[in-house]
Amino acid sequence: MGDLYLVFKNVTRKKLRLFLTLFATFIAFMIYGVLMAFQGALDAGVELSADDRLIAVNKVNFTQPLPVSYVNRVRAIEGVEGTSHLSWFGGYFQEPQNFMPMFAAEQDTLLTVYNEIVVPDEQKEAWLRNRQGLLVGEKTAEQFGWKVGDRVPISSNIYSKTSGGQTWEFDIEAIYKGSDPQFDTSGVYFHFKYFDEARTFGQDTISFIAIRTVDPELNEQVIKAIDDQFANSFYETETVPEKAFNKAFIEQLGNIGLIITFIVLAAFFIILVIVGNSMALAIRERTNEIAVMKTLGFKSARIFKMVLSESFLVAIIGGGLGIGVSFLVTSAITGVPQIPPLIMTSDVLLSALGFVLLLGFITGIIPAVSALRLNIITALSR
Amino acid sequence: MKFLSQVWAVVIMNIRSIPSRMGMSLATIFAVAAVVGVLMFFLAMGNGFKETLDGAGSDEVAVVTRVGSQSEINSVLSRDQISLISAAPGIVTDNTGAPQYSGELYVIVDGIKKSSGTKVNLPMRGIAVEGFALRDQVEIIEGRPFETGLNEIIVGAGVLKQFSGFELGKEITFGKTTWKVVGIFSTGGSAFESELWADTRAVQSQFRRGNSFQTMRIKLETPGNVQPLIDHAENDPRLNVKIETEAEYFKTQGDAISAYVYFGWGISIVMGLGALAGALNTMYTSVAARAAEIATLRAIGFSNGSAFLGTVVEAIVLSIIGGVVGIAATYLIIDGNSASTIGASFTQVVFNFEVSPELLQQGMIVALVIGVIGGVFPAWRAAKMPVIKAFS
Repeated sequence: MGDLYLVFKNVTRKKLRLFLTLFATFIAFMIYGVLMAFQGALDAGVELSADDRLIAVNKVNFTQPLPVSYVNRVRAIEGVEGTSHLSWFGGYFQEPQNFMPMFAAEQDTLLTVYNEIVVPDEQKEAWLRNRQGLLVGEKTAEQFGWKVGDRVPISSNIYSKTSGGQTWEFDIEAIYKGSDPQFDTSGVYFHFKYFDEARTFGQDTISFIAIRTVDPELNEQVIKAIDDQFANSFYETETVPEKAFNKAFIEQLGNIGLIITFIVLAAFFIILVIVGNSMALAIRERTNEIAVMKTLGFKSARIFKMVLSESFLVAIIGGGLGIGVSFLVTSAITGVPQIPPLIMTSDVLLSALGFVLLLGFITGIIPAVSALRLNIITALSR
Repeated sequence: MKFLSQVWAVVIMNIRSIPSRMGMSLATIFAVAAVVGVLMFFLAMGNGFKETLDGAGSDEVAVVTRVGSQSEINSVLSRDQISLISAAPGIVTDNTGAPQYSGELYVIVDGIKKSSGTKVNLPMRGIAVEGFALRDQVEIIEGRPFETGLNEIIVGAGVLKQFSGFELGKEITFGKTTWKVVGIFSTGGSAFESELWADTRAVQSQFRRGNSFQTMRIKLETPGNVQPLIDHAENDPRLNVKIETEAEYFKTQGDAISAYVYFGWGISIVMGLGALAGALNTMYTSVAARAAEIATLRAIGFSNGSAFLGTVVEAIVLSIIGGVVGIAATYLIIDGNSASTIGASFTQVVFNFEVSPELLQQGMIVALVIGVIGGVFPAWRAAKMPVIKAFS
């Protein structure tokens, strides 16, 4: 009990220094928390992808089309549970900046292949009934203030309508949630039939086929069967697990993981030198006191523990505050359009805790060892 | 004069005593260096990306795209539309009187990014040899240009740096056709170097585009003046096109990286606050350690101002050293390195990190701000230190 009180008194002796040290620690852990949540959001696209889902695209590049007739042929392949197909629309609401990931989808099968999309039954029925119906993610609906029943004009930067113009009319029939908080609900889906009949070019082509297999074990076999079937045709396919597809897609941005690691290292390096020095200085200033305490009969091991506790206390308070604030920051950022949902997962918390303890240990160990070894006579005769 | 010499004396004294506070002083230097280093990383990235796009955009060339398409990749122009536009006034003609323009296609094919081994989108441009003349500094640095009508590709030098699969002599299969890489071209580091070029006709037939194009580039009679072309297009209902100079076109394509630059500033400011805490810590310690000295100086007649400035200058010296270390490290490590990211046309743009004099200035300003703020508050304490208290 008494030791803890002493530790507390020692830590709070120089209030300004304590504040500055805590502040530096706080900043570093806040950066760590937010960036790790961001990294987690990027990884979520990969981690949340279903193991039993495959994506078949044009072998030349996924922006090249595939014939819609392929879908039925893929569906007939052994090991395929279900298929749907999607086509990139290049949609935006009013201004090009209000861009959204929008697809014309085979409406009847979309929700069976993508069961992460959670829609209330009656809304689902309504969406399937209305050719011009729109299925909107919660996030996009919030961004534009859309509600079920609204009629909205959406422009495409690719497709114009045979009736003229590039603005398409839709009725919002359903708003979906994700089955996981990290699932990005910015996607918008509409009927392929409406799309194919109204567009001026590209009839009977689609962007990609989404395939659910009976069992992930069969993936390899199904992939080979699909790609072999269309080999040497004009539209050769390349089928990959959704996980691999999403990973490659994110990699196109550049090595964001490396950039995040680089910043986190820089931030930790900063606090390490600042906190480490403050601790070393604080103990050096107290050389005399420690010698006196030893003279009074405090065991060396006990002093060692007290010094180490001090650095752990600073790391835990500063790091705890930093992580706490990164909770607030991430939940504030999550609503911002075009930023994926940032969630402070238990993985982030555990790794932060690990770094807090590591910081406490590294910054405290040298001063603690020198306090442990402190020779009373040399210290007092200085 | 007397004040200045007092300040000078205190500054020299403070700086000479830095070694006795080496640990703390080094902590400040490293903290500032880390902040400036991170900032420089992002700024050099934004700067390099911008230069790549700026280098591609010329004032002497107009780019025609379909209204609302926003970038070349989404645009479609028919053969007829191209001929209609080519009849517009304001276009440079050659000695036979033919207008100088190039109808082009822009499609996306797969490449492999060397650093990650994953597939990325590379732009393949269908272009006629006349199109070369509409770009400055096109130079075949290895091999030869493609031949009209053949499935031959020439590859930008930037593509070779970042992606594999398009080396000279390599054969590439798209569906049933095989293409051969016959040359490597350079455009002086601009965005075109991230592209694959092939003959228009060959690309049209490969990608089943019939006789349609995606964009048109036109050599302007008066650089920057696209108005005659716009007027011409507006009078023809068959032309639903957007006409702008190439420089303007590429300016709107540069947004892709600006998010990184904003993020870089944001993170550097937050980290800067952490470094500031370190600088304040160091300087308060420095003032505390020199309490007796400061009080002595004051007692023998040195002014408050000299004690104040002496401390501020010490902080500034530390932060400037930190800034220089940060800049030097980024310069040595990243300047000139190439990287790639996805641009507005949904294809990879290869660019180099470029540290420019303006960036050095911005880095040093950040270092100075940390130094000044980190010095002022402790200096205030030094200046206000009661003579008696210091001696007690």
